[in-house]
This record gives sequence, structure tokens and C-alpha cells, in this order.
Amino acid sequence: MGNIQLKKVNKSFGATQVIPGIDLMINEGEFVVFVGPSGCGKSTLLRLIAGLEDTSSGTIEIDGRDVTGTAPAKRGLAMVFQSYALYPHMSVRNNIAFPLKMAKLDPALIDKKVTEAARVLNLTNYLDRRPGQLSGGQRQRVAIGRAIVREPSAFLFDEPLSNLDAALRGTMRLEISELHHQLKTTMIYVTHDQVEAMTMADKIVVLNAGNIEQVGSPLDLYHRPDNIFVAGFIGSPRMNFATGEFSKPYNAHSIGVRPEHLQLSTQSGAWRGVVGVAEHLGSDTFLHIHVDGIGLVTARVGGDFAVTHGDQVFLTPEEGRVHKFDDKGLAIR
Amino acid sequence: MARAVSTRKTVVVTIFAWIVALIIFFPILYTIITSFKSETEAIQGFSLIPSGTVESYGAVQAQSNYFKFFLNSVVLSLGSTFLALLISVPAAWSMAFSPTAKTKDILMWMLSTKMMPAVAVLVPIYLIFRDFGLLDSRIGLTVMLTMINLPIVIWMLYTYFREIPGEILEAARMDGASLWGEIFYVLTPMAVPGIASTMLLNIILAWNEAFWTIRLTTTNAAPLTAFIASFSSPQGLFWAKLSAASTLAIAPILIMGWFSQKQLVRGLTFGAVK
Repeated sequence: MGNIQLKKVNKSFGATQVIPGIDLMINEGEFVVFVGPSGCGKSTLLRLIAGLEDTSSGTIEIDGRDVTGTAPAKRGLAMVFQSYALYPHMSVRNNIAFPLKMAKLDPALIDKKVTEAARVLNLTNYLDRRPGQLSGGQRQRVAIGRAIVREPSAFLFDEPLSNLDAALRGTMRLEISELHHQLKTTMIYVTHDQVEAMTMADKIVVLNAGNIEQVGSPLDLYHRPDNIFVAGFIGSPRMNFATGEFSKPYNAHSIGVRPEHLQLSTQSGAWRGVVGVAEHLGSDTFLHIHVDGIGLVTARVGGDFAVTHGDQVFLTPEEGRVHKFDDKGLAIR
Repeated sequence: MARAVSTRKTVVVTIFAWIVALIIFFPILYTIITSFKSETEAIQGFSLIPSGTVESYGAVQAQSNYFKFFLNSVVLSLGSTFLALLISVPAAWSMAFSPTAKTKDILMWMLSTKMMPAVAVLVPIYLIFRDFGLLDSRIGLTVMLTMINLPIVIWMLYTYFREIPGEILEAARMDGASLWGEIFYVLTPMAVPGIASTMLLNIILAWNEAFWTIRLTTTNAAPLTAFIASFSSPQGLFWAKLSAASTLAIAPILIMGWFSQKQLVRGLTFGAVK
């Protein structure tokens, strides 16, 4: 089991309304990512589901049971924190065993479960160490181990990878995705990193200022963003936006084109610009081009597109790849 | 890069540090020296070399029972420390981990009680003690010492607890620990260095507390502070006996302080550097 339903969930801290009222359905076995800029309320929303914060109004149901007033431990959820939040005075074994000890399980059973979790997470050789003696990645695995032994109905991850270096982050991303395929348990994952969101999620919830901007699969959000915010937030590098005379031919207040959907030419094209900084990644090159009337436009070209700083280039948005928005920032389809 | 320190500078600083340390320690040293003098020697004038007699110690012990006072000191300081921790751990916990808008004010208010001279409340406290039959009782004095040191204890623990990341306690909450489970299994073990140094400091403060212990006791509950006082008032001129009594009174806490100095320093600087 692992259905989580939020009904008109509202959270205020004093006079500040952080989450004005959210309705959301999370289905069993889904990998749901809450993504948004910092301060958008995504962590607060996760903590509301966990029970670490009380809702100001609205209800939270897990598997059809109203848990709005239920203590965190009684919700059947497990959480992995950004700082790992391991118990520094306990060995890895005792860290993983802690929730089972609190549940007063039989010691033999605890031992069996801990051994199994350690095997799955490659921690068998570290069971007698303290968290302080482990690397960042190992610590995160212990935190995950502590979560999986409880066999929760859902896992909650609060930016679990942001303390790791880039290489390790990539590896752990795969490990968590792999774990999801193995366990098939509902996972809710909070991140500000849209790459994590795109690569891991079955369903992405884009949040902005406490509101849900859009819910959908990664490719849904990429191809059919509901509004300017989602269009700008999902995708890397960011979508280019233009208004005025540039959007007039499309009958829209503003338009957006992704860097990968701009065709470049040194001869002719729709928009004329001057090449600024070129970022060569080997496989791709990102060109930052000054276009009069728009400003800086990012374009993705092949690794060996030869232009240098100051060159004049022409840009043409690909047919059918232009996103149109009205004056309220909503997509026109 | 490490800062270069010349040998000459090191020597000068070391000598200076020793001089300062000796000045601070000198009163205690001279008390100990005087305690090994005879009464005639003691009033003769300044001298660092005692004759080595222990007659003062004998006289002091004969005159009043040292061990009774010692035992009272132990009971009062340990008892009040235990009581103070029992109250202050939950108090500091709640203020550190679920602060409200008024938490800072409450902390300041607690500290403000320490700013008032004790003598200002002597009469009401004395009357309360008298009416409740607590005068010269260990229980009354233990409670009194607890109350006196409670603000400091709560403040110290509060600072230590603030160093403990709240996420760890939240993790414990998610893992199914009850409120007491959280305090017992997670918070307290993590705060052991802080709690230990708070405990030590409180024992020292309670051991040395002289204002209330002298005024609220006569014989039954009188600790070592009253023991010294009993030599100073009627027999103020008997320096050697007074010194012997003082030495006997401060020796236990001095020894304890010596052995726990690492813990004390660690506790007092805890959290200064992450």
C-alpha cells in the first residue's frame, strides 16, 4: 500500500501562508518528485506529509486513512533527511536497527532485517563503524537502510543528495532509482535540482510559492508546460523567452524556445544575433547569443560548430517547437 | 601557513602565564601553607615555609566533626545537581527544539533572577523555610541550591542542545521514538559532554555556595562552607585553624576539579568550533 492523498492542505507559519491549499493524489508505487526553487514550500509539504509539521487546515490521507492528526511514527512512513540525520553515537548496525527497536521487535528478527538491509546497500563491512567514520555516500546509504528496514508504505526523501559531490550524486541517483524498482514502494522525493526530478520521477510536481504549477510525467512537463514558470524551470539550459515583435507572428503575448530547438546559421535566419560566450562541453556547445530586443539567448549546437566571440549568427526556432503563452503566462495550445 | 613564533616570545609568554597563574593560585597556596603552621607562626607575619605541624588539623577535627559537614556537602551538591538536571533537561529541550516567540524572554527572565543580590530575598526565603520547617534540613537546602543554580544549568544545557541538529531528533520521531525515547536514546547520549560539564560546574557551584548554606543551617544540614564559617566568626584570629578548616573544605572539590578539568574545559568551550 502507499496511496497518499492531500485535500486542501494549507500551512501557515504565523501570518505567513506557506502553502495556500494543495490537492494532490499520489498513487501506490509511484516515484513522485516535488521540485521548485528554494522557498517554494516543497520541503514544508513533505514535512506535512511526514507529520513533522501540523497542517493549518485540510486533510492528509494515507491508504484511505485520515492521518492529519496522527504522530509521525504512526503514519507508516520513513524519511531520509538532507543531513542524513544519523545517530552519531550509535554504530551503523544500531542506526539501522533503531526504528525496529522502537517498535519493540524480536532481537533475532531485528538482526535478520538489519543484515538483509546491509546486504542490499553494500554496508555489510561497515556495520560496526560509527557514522563519523563513513563517507558521505555511505552515510546516505545508512540513512536509506534505516528507512527500508521499517518496510514503510512510502519513503520520503528531503533533498538527500545535495550534500554529495557531483559524481557521487549521479551514482546515488541511480541507486535510489534502482531501489525503487526493487521495492516498488511509493517514494516522494524533494529536490530543487530539475535534473534529479527529470531523471528519477514517474511524476513531477512543480511547486512555486506554495502552489502546484503543474503535475505530470517528466516528458509531459518538458513538451507541454502549462505556463511560463514550468517552461522556464524544467529543462537545462533554461528555455529562452521573447515578447513583443518576436511573439507577434505566433499570435501570443510571449513565446518560449528551448536552446535545443533553435537552428543556427551563419547565413540567414529569423533572428540576428552576436555570439557571446561559448561553452564547449565536447558533445555539445552552448552558445550565449546577444539578440537585440530579447537579450541573451542560449542555443545548443553540435560540438564542432565553429564560431567565436563576436561572430554574427542567425537563429531560427524549429517549426512546432515554439511554446506560446498569453498575457497571464498560461500556455496557448 | 602557521604563524612563526620565536623562541624568545614563547619564553616571555610562558613566564608571564606562570606569573598570572601563581597570582591566581596564591591565596589557596598560602591557605594550605598556613594550615601547616602553628598558631604563633601564623600570626608572626609572612612566611612561605611552615614548620609542618598538623596540630591545627587535629584541633579542627576535635572541635567539630569534619565528616559530618563533608557528608552534608556531598549530599547537598549531588542532590541539588541531580534535581537541577531532572528539571533542566526537559526545560532546555523544549526551549531549544520547539521554541516559541517568548522563549528568548523566558531565558532572559531566568537569567535576571541571578542578577538580583541574594540578600534581597533573604527575609522572605527565611520565613518560608521557617514556616515549612525546612530550616537546617538537607531537603530544604537541596531545593534551595537547585533553585539558585537552575538558571545557569538551563542556560548551559540550552546552548549545548542548540548544537544538536534538530533533524536527528526528527529522524528519531519518524523512527517511532516517543518523546521520552527521543530524550533518552538520542538527545541525552549526544549531549553527554555538555551534560557532564554542566553537572561538574553545578556540583562546584553548589559545593562552594556559602550565602544560603550558612544562613539556613545550624548543625544538622550544615555543609563545609558552614564548617569554615564556624571557625572564622568566633575565632577569627586563629589563622592556622581557619586555614586547616578551609583546606579540608576545598580539598575534595579541588581534587575533583583536577581530575575532571579536561571535561570541564571541553564542556565550557563546546560548540565554539564546529
